[in-house]
Amino acid sequence: MKRVTLTLTLALAAGLSAKAADAQTLKTVKDRGMLSCGVSQGLPGFSSPDDKGNWTGLDVDVCRAIAGAVFNDPTKVKYVPLSAKDRFTALQSGEIDVLSRNTTWTISRDTSLGANFTGVTYYDGQGFMVKKSLKVNSALELNSASVCVQTGTTTEQNLADYFKANNMKYEVIAFGTNDETVKAYEAGRCDVFTTDQSGLYANRLKLANPNDHMVLPEIISKEPLGPMVRHGDDQWFDIVKWTLFAMVTAEELGVTSKNIDEKAKLENPELKRVLGTDGNFGEQLGLTKDWVVRIVKAVGNYGEVFDRNVGAGSPLAINRGLNNLWNKGGLQYAPPIR
Amino acid sequence: MSTEARNPPPQIALKIRRLLGGKAGWNGVAIQFAFAAILGWIGYEIVSNARANLENQHIAAGFGFLRNNAGFDVNQTLISYTGSDTFLRVFMVGLLNTLVVSVVGIIFATLIGFIVALCRLSPNWLLSRVGEIYIEIIRNLPVLFQILFWYLAVLAALPNPRQSISLLGIAFISNRGLVIPSPIGGSGLQPFLAMLALGVVASLALRFYARRALFQEGRMIRIWPTVLGMLVGLPLATMLVFGLPFTFELPQLKGFNFAGGSRIIPEFVALTLALSTYTAAFIAEIVRAGILSVHKGQMEAGASLGLSRGATLRLVVVPQAMRVIVPPLTNQYLNLTKNSSLAVAIGYPDLVSVFAGTSLSQTGQAIEIIAMTMGIYLLISLLTSAIMSVYGWRVSRSLGA
Repeated sequence: MKRVTLTLTLALAAGLSAKAADAQTLKTVKDRGMLSCGVSQGLPGFSSPDDKGNWTGLDVDVCRAIAGAVFNDPTKVKYVPLSAKDRFTALQSGEIDVLSRNTTWTISRDTSLGANFTGVTYYDGQGFMVKKSLKVNSALELNSASVCVQTGTTTEQNLADYFKANNMKYEVIAFGTNDETVKAYEAGRCDVFTTDQSGLYANRLKLANPNDHMVLPEIISKEPLGPMVRHGDDQWFDIVKWTLFAMVTAEELGVTSKNIDEKAKLENPELKRVLGTDGNFGEQLGLTKDWVVRIVKAVGNYGEVFDRNVGAGSPLAINRGLNNLWNKGGLQYAPPIR
Repeated sequence: MSTEARNPPPQIALKIRRLLGGKAGWNGVAIQFAFAAILGWIGYEIVSNARANLENQHIAAGFGFLRNNAGFDVNQTLISYTGSDTFLRVFMVGLLNTLVVSVVGIIFATLIGFIVALCRLSPNWLLSRVGEIYIEIIRNLPVLFQILFWYLAVLAALPNPRQSISLLGIAFISNRGLVIPSPIGGSGLQPFLAMLALGVVASLALRFYARRALFQEGRMIRIWPTVLGMLVGLPLATMLVFGLPFTFELPQLKGFNFAGGSRIIPEFVALTLALSTYTAAFIAEIVRAGILSVHKGQMEAGASLGLSRGATLRLVVVPQAMRVIVPPLTNQYLNLTKNSSLAVAIGYPDLVSVFAGTSLSQTGQAIEIIAMTMGIYLLISLLTSAIMSVYGWRVSRSLGA
């Protein structure tokens, strides 16, 4: 009977501990002293490690900004590299606190995965890359082509839709990781490599001769990329969402990582509210009054983050385009902090 | 005075007791029932707990997703499939791809394994060293590495479709795979197939009759001319009457790729090559051990009966060795099947890649999909074991063991 009692206790323990799993993420993060952030396995400009193992990129800066807001120290982040197909499971299981991994916001992902998108950090769209030697100028000339794609992405489904809608045949070869996909494309297994257009430019830099390859003009889908958090923890959802808004607001107000100390001294009511010398919005979020100051000091405003990682100041040199501020012809817009 | 035989004492109750409780009797039965009940309760608790948690977190649950449209394409399908088919269909497509690579891999692995084992056992110094080197190199390298090696080697060695290597103008090899003419059924297909089936059945019956005649009456009957006539002559005759059974559709280069014909994709070739050569190294050692386990007196006995070396091996040694070979061989077959899930690394659309990979991330229903995938692998493995057990049992029985 001893064994029976033992099994019973074990089963009870398993049942109870599993039931207590829906935790307060902010508290968990603070207790751990580290933010656990899901990123890609290496996509230049968005999240990739350098030769010393330091992670950089737009998605990485979102992690750093959150760590800055919570700990006042942007280095307190543990990066968890995830393939496209493992990312949601890692978030659902609680292995990571936030998924910041060039993930497209769709209704099915928002509603059926037990997770929520907190906003859009990059407005993207799917494109195609081919070898220049194929002499193809439009995606509509790709009938009967072989296409390399990373498995478990919206890209894979858009591809099927696009070729079907245009009555073209194609062969798909789907790989588990981005690097395998690029390698197979370079080895000539397929004629076309498809992913989000920003990813095409980023991956082109990895090829032996980037100039032998071109990105076709067509954009075949809307790919709003943003971070995700688990469903059911509204406080944590608010923190991640408003971290993004704080970065955009800082750019709107012309606050940068360099001039933030001078700006904080100005007698401007809006600046005082945003930078925390007036009001207690940070505390209502569960953070501190100077949360925006912490974020901007950690990573800079949205414009600085964009330029440094994917924009003019980076090898990718992507135009701001849709990702400019709303009052400069783009879509980036933050609700007021008041 | 009655001469009826005495009834044996009622043993059925005793037998049931033994069956359920072992030597402990009814006490043992009670403990076993209690144990089963607790196991059942733990299982129930796990399932209901997972359900409750999923519901709390608003994660979709249940198997309803299997009826939804998959919305993505797969590049090797043995049954018809398009992006507008359901996830259940994806499951079937992936399962068939796993099965085809496993079956082809097992056949090649067994052939290569037996050949390498015979090389190693050969008195020829060079042959036996070649066999040894093969085994030591192949079985000491990780299989994933070998799969990647073959894939990149296959891709690197082959030209693009526009410069493809032509085999007599009907088949083409390029880095998109091997394209061969595909048969298209014609008017004579049905009578042709019917006659072929008839020929096979009749040949088997004839063989059965001839063996009985040999074993029971000691008569030798020469059957091969008749069999040849039935297998080749009958279908040929129907072709003359009903016309050609099928015509061939030739592949042609159109745009980027070949259109028409059937295609074997390089991922399949690389995976089959890697899995069969890898498993063959283990099978070779198993076969060698099996053959060495047969006492050399058997070989000498065969020789003293005037049998040739080949005939002794075939009729005396191998049947006895099979008893030793079959159980570990089954393990290798199971390993090969399970290793085929490494296909995802080179983009071969097997069950793990298209179902536990793509479908999982499109639907997010990890528990259901992983459970289904594990269940089907378990089923495949158990079926393989069962088939091999039956085979092993027949081998033992035929030896009178």
